[in-house]
Amino acid sequence: MSDAPILRASGITKRFGRRTAVNAVTLELWPGEVLAVVGESGSGKTTLLGCLSGRLAPDAGAVEFRTRHEGLKDVYAMSEAERRLLARTDWGYVHQNPDEGLRMGVSAGANVGERLMALGDRHYGRIRGEAGDWLSRVEMDPARLDESPRSFSGGMRQRLQIARNLVTRPRLVFMDEPTSGLDVSVQAKLLDLLRSLTRSLPLAAIVVTHDLAVARLLAHRMVVMKDGSAVESGLTDQLLDDPQHPYTQLLVSSVLPA
Amino acid sequence: MSALIAVAAEARAARIAPARESHYNFAYLDERSKRMIRRAILKAVAIPGYQVPFGSREMPLPYGWGTGGIQVTASIIGARDVLKVIDQGADDTVNAVNIRRFFQRTTGVATTERTAEATLVQTRHRIPETPLRAGQIIVYQVPVPEPLQRLEPREAETRRMHALAEYGLMHVKLYEDIARLGRISSTYDYPVMVNGRYLMAPSPIPKFDNPKMHMNPALQLFGAGREKRIYAVPPHTRVESLGFEDHPFERQKWSSACALCGSGESFLDEVVTDDRGGRMFVCSDTDYCTRRREAPA
Repeated sequence: MSDAPILRASGITKRFGRRTAVNAVTLELWPGEVLAVVGESGSGKTTLLGCLSGRLAPDAGAVEFRTRHEGLKDVYAMSEAERRLLARTDWGYVHQNPDEGLRMGVSAGANVGERLMALGDRHYGRIRGEAGDWLSRVEMDPARLDESPRSFSGGMRQRLQIARNLVTRPRLVFMDEPTSGLDVSVQAKLLDLLRSLTRSLPLAAIVVTHDLAVARLLAHRMVVMKDGSAVESGLTDQLLDDPQHPYTQLLVSSVLPA
Repeated sequence: MSALIAVAAEARAARIAPARESHYNFAYLDERSKRMIRRAILKAVAIPGYQVPFGSREMPLPYGWGTGGIQVTASIIGARDVLKVIDQGADDTVNAVNIRRFFQRTTGVATTERTAEATLVQTRHRIPETPLRAGQIIVYQVPVPEPLQRLEPREAETRRMHALAEYGLMHVKLYEDIARLGRISSTYDYPVMVNGRYLMAPSPIPKFDNPKMHMNPALQLFGAGREKRIYAVPPHTRVESLGFEDHPFERQKWSSACALCGSGESFLDEVVTDDRGGRMFVCSDTDYCTRRREAPA
């Protein structure tokens, strides 16, 4: 880890009408770090992720990202072209529902290769090779490169979505409940994969989840949200073993013993 | 029989000296509409490949028959122009005949079938084989001006993609073609990049004609009436057909030459001659084929 944060958010507030979905959340993320945002449904996790990932402009506060060449830059002060370029090179976004993050009409290979082509790669063989390589890195059979994502199971679609995001070697990935739609055994395998990927690549990630087990397995640090506010944050193990805030205590104690 | 011949002769005479019907304004459209369309054309010429919205008018022919092309032609045609109208390369098919007659009746301009004699060519889905020269204008009839429409149905999004020159999606489509079929399957309306900036649909011309657009000395105008868009390729502008380094753009090829004129370089149509499997390949450009047959060998 380096000594400067890769992402810094300060005082993020987002309102929908009179309802405040996210209330003055401040957080920092260091390169290579995995941060979990946990909380019950409706606590503003996904809205916060939207604000951080440049998809949803906050009403107050600033999001700064450390770009490769220009240091910390305000994400919402960038031009749209710059932000979109960032979103398809240095960032990744894994949707809860893989169908939203994939192009269901084209083959797995085209899905993985899309970002490469968007960045100007014009060599079919090389794009295909890279796509096959990434399929095996997410533990899928490269022989299924030409199949449609519709022929894949939910877990495989989620892996494909991850491969599609990682092909440009982003430095920061946003994940919105990446495992919640899957059955328990598939979930475990996917978590295992995500953990090895975040460790082997220099990859920082923000994972939104309602599942404390996911947070424990993946995250270095976590932020607990309730009613739009970050009520507690700290190292994952510390927070889960010794919760301070009453809501965190409730959350931790409500997990069914395995 | 003799009566028929007399009618045909009369028709030919009418073509030589057409009478303009004076109860229509010159070229049918009113002057203000023509000026509005010319302004759109000027903007289109200034930004090669960019689709300029315009207030498309109701024309006396149905959408899909060339209402866009006909409006562009009507706004730029002058009394001294010589007009050629083709449909799939032919001067004598329904669409071409009707549009030619429309302009004869509303403008009284001279018409021709010879590409070299024309100052203005309106075309449906072909570029003449005879190379165009500086000073000529070719007007294309365009059904779908947005090359990304089938890939991204939201128009707000496709406009944004044009604005930011984000054209990766088009290559996803080409990639998908190669992955499924081993080659890029589009044979007409093959997407092109104009002046290194805008992705453009060249209208449903065969991809055989795509290279003719590149650095063409003539002015190329495109009109889409239903979609209300005009775009242009000014003379001597780069027009590149998309492709991959290892799967580049290729023209169609035929194993035989034209059965009538023997040309090995033109775009050929397959014509079924009987119901026992007889067929032949002939030039789609009727003018080119006729000139070659008339020329002394």
